[in-house]
Amino acid sequence: MSEQVLAADGRPLKSSLNRALRRQKMRALMLIAPLLLFIMLTFVIPIGQMLFRSVENQIVGNTIPKTVAALAAWDADQNEAPDETVFQALFYDMFVAAEAKEHTKLGSRLNYEQAGISSLFRKSGRSLSDIGELYQDAFEDLNPAWGDGAFWFDLMNDNGGAIASGLMIQQRDRLKRLTSADISLDVDFALRGDIAQALPLTAQQYASWALYTANVDNDVIAEETPWEAVYAALADDLRDPEAGARLAAYDGPGADSLLAALAIVPDIAAPSYKDAFAEIDSGWLEPRVWQTIQTYSPPFTPGYFLNSIDLEQTPNGIEWRPENQQIYLTLFWRTLVMSLTITGSCILLGYPVAWMLANLPARTANLLMILVLLPFWTSLLVRTSAWKVLLQDQGVINSLLVWIGLVADDNRLSLINNATGTIIAMTHILLPFMILPLYSVLKTIPPSYLRAAKSLGATNWTAFWRVYFPQSIPGIGAGSILCFILSIGYYITPEIVGGTRGVFISNRIAYHISTSLNWGLAAALGAILLAAVLLLYWAYDRIVGIDNVKLGG
Amino acid sequence: MSTLPPYATTGQKIWHYSFRVIVGLVLFFLIAPIVTIIPLSFNAENFFTFTPKMLALDPEGYSLKHYRDFFSNPEWTRPLKNSLIIAPFATIISVSLGTLAAIGLSQSHVPFRRAIMAIMISPMIVPLIISATGMFFFYSQMGLWMEEYLGMSRSVTGYVKVILAHAALGIPFVIITVTATLVGFDESLTRAAANMGATPTVTFFRVQMPLILPGVISGGLFAFITSFDEVVVVLFVGAAAQKTLPWQMFTGLREQISPTILAVATVLVCVSILLLATVEMLRRRSERLRGMSPG
Repeated sequence: MSEQVLAADGRPLKSSLNRALRRQKMRALMLIAPLLLFIMLTFVIPIGQMLFRSVENQIVGNTIPKTVAALAAWDADQNEAPDETVFQALFYDMFVAAEAKEHTKLGSRLNYEQAGISSLFRKSGRSLSDIGELYQDAFEDLNPAWGDGAFWFDLMNDNGGAIASGLMIQQRDRLKRLTSADISLDVDFALRGDIAQALPLTAQQYASWALYTANVDNDVIAEETPWEAVYAALADDLRDPEAGARLAAYDGPGADSLLAALAIVPDIAAPSYKDAFAEIDSGWLEPRVWQTIQTYSPPFTPGYFLNSIDLEQTPNGIEWRPENQQIYLTLFWRTLVMSLTITGSCILLGYPVAWMLANLPARTANLLMILVLLPFWTSLLVRTSAWKVLLQDQGVINSLLVWIGLVADDNRLSLINNATGTIIAMTHILLPFMILPLYSVLKTIPPSYLRAAKSLGATNWTAFWRVYFPQSIPGIGAGSILCFILSIGYYITPEIVGGTRGVFISNRIAYHISTSLNWGLAAALGAILLAAVLLLYWAYDRIVGIDNVKLGG
Repeated sequence: MSTLPPYATTGQKIWHYSFRVIVGLVLFFLIAPIVTIIPLSFNAENFFTFTPKMLALDPEGYSLKHYRDFFSNPEWTRPLKNSLIIAPFATIISVSLGTLAAIGLSQSHVPFRRAIMAIMISPMIVPLIISATGMFFFYSQMGLWMEEYLGMSRSVTGYVKVILAHAALGIPFVIITVTATLVGFDESLTRAAANMGATPTVTFFRVQMPLILPGVISGGLFAFITSFDEVVVVLFVGAAAQKTLPWQMFTGLREQISPTILAVATVLVCVSILLLATVEMLRRRSERLRGMSPG
């Protein structure tokens, strides 16, 4: 047996080495950690969060939770509007949402899936209080105390008995999800247990109103008259067949007024919720509207991704969108074709230059290199402005062509605000990205290979095509992937010189972010674009190695 | 390629010269747009083409009025000021964090080296519009958070947001240039320093730093120009108060184009010539220091 080798401190050499290695690793990671954390926080997480938006669809469940639950039982294939329970749920959901001004957001969200829903929601939000007012007037006619905030507060508020805290928490969570505001239970109100049992719906609506009033409006609950929805809920509770039995068991404050109210409820002339909604807008009776709501009620949806490839979700499964709304496949295709065209013209224009630079004496090559590097370093906006100025109808190029006589003055070439403009300007902008990597590869090919080929009898063309060109392919590959990656994600230049027919998918993403506000669709389009770029990036890493990216020659 | 052998045939001669013409034309295509706007920026009229007076080299055809507008009109001076506030701060963050990380990455035995490198380079690879979209959502929440919990005013958070976003975009350039400088770095120098009793901090500042400084500075210049030239992210993350020079140019180009933009462009071309010269000088110096090239 060989003796164990020891380090200077008496430990076995092996463990000592391991420890040193571990320490080195730790030190390296400590140096990297701050940046990694920074990039994660400022870059990776934001993008991840954006991608999440492409499938996230909680707005429907958050805004109209009861309706979503009631609608689960509805059979979309029956092709008729849902029954009264769903409309009743919609009334209460919409009432709170309209008070919080969130219903229009849901309207716009669903409008992306079916045109017209937005106005349906907007219109209904305004008219909902009319439905509740019928009941409010009836109760106030019976007993003016019903219009008094203090009376209601007395009826509902805790006076030392059991508290319905579960219902309060439930309403708090619902409001939190709806408004994304901080809703606190710490208000001057606690719902009594016995009233919550006697009037379940009313208690729910009152609690919701009380929390909203105290947290969002910052008003005193005891001094305010509740929402009309609370009166509607009271009427609904009293209409319940078991209302009599429940009220008989109730002996808290206001028991007499409730019994009196119970007596008049059958006489209140009010339409059903379904009729009321149909009155506001007959669109509510259309099954298609409800199909859309039902289809988009789950918290996650593939809908945005389907939309971004011109498909849509319907009750009958996935289908193509209407012909006149199909734009994205065309746009992806155009982005692809134009990026390939730009990459192709970069190869065509860049190869001779790179070859020349690689074969000239170093001094001359360095001088000419400045002509390549200067555009590379010049601000993108400067180059784009230059092309905007040069390509205009009254710009330098057209004027020059007219002056030479190639083009008639009244028939100037339209070089801008179309695909031509985008291709010219972007080829110019991306050309250095082709020349630089190509140059560094071509420089490594010994010129003696060409001479050897020629001395063996090859013609110039054969020598180039069979000997030189195959060795330059890695350079072409590196440059092409770089150009292609950069061009499919381009935004600024197409936006300025591309008009409507020369824009890329990026421009559409920007449009959805800042103009149409369809953020989910923007995120889905972005996710597809990102996936394409990452795939190419991976290929680039395999071919060139990301460590070998060189900047500025 | 450089010289033509005396026995070349007529066809070879034609090809030789026509090839040079082709290359010349491509180089002309590269440089001409940038060069053309320089004389146009001295136009005395509000036109975007050469006036007859300019072509006749009449001094009356030229004027500095667009430059005066650039340096006096608040529509341009405010963005200039914003750009000059945002870019240096973003550069400082990118350079300090980036240099440390590049040194860490260049050591042997770094676990997950490839994955870490990929994450750090990603801001350069991910299309700007996607970065901008992601940042748009995240940074608006972050801004609200900073206003509420750190008590910053709205204009301060506006700048902080844009600076952080630009710092993230500049980091890949710092990593790449500094890593490239570190490739030729002789590790025995730090060992020698440690052997003679220098602490790691002293070794870093007195031995390693002077040697990698050219890489750090050119990385910093890249980070600076990235921020100074960036428009997509600032368009989404920034508010009107943070309008930068590229943003103002972009708005000008999209809506109503004013000839002042040519004066701005000319000034920026001069800035890039300056930066290019500095970076080239640094690159050569660094190669010479490390004995990688004779010149």
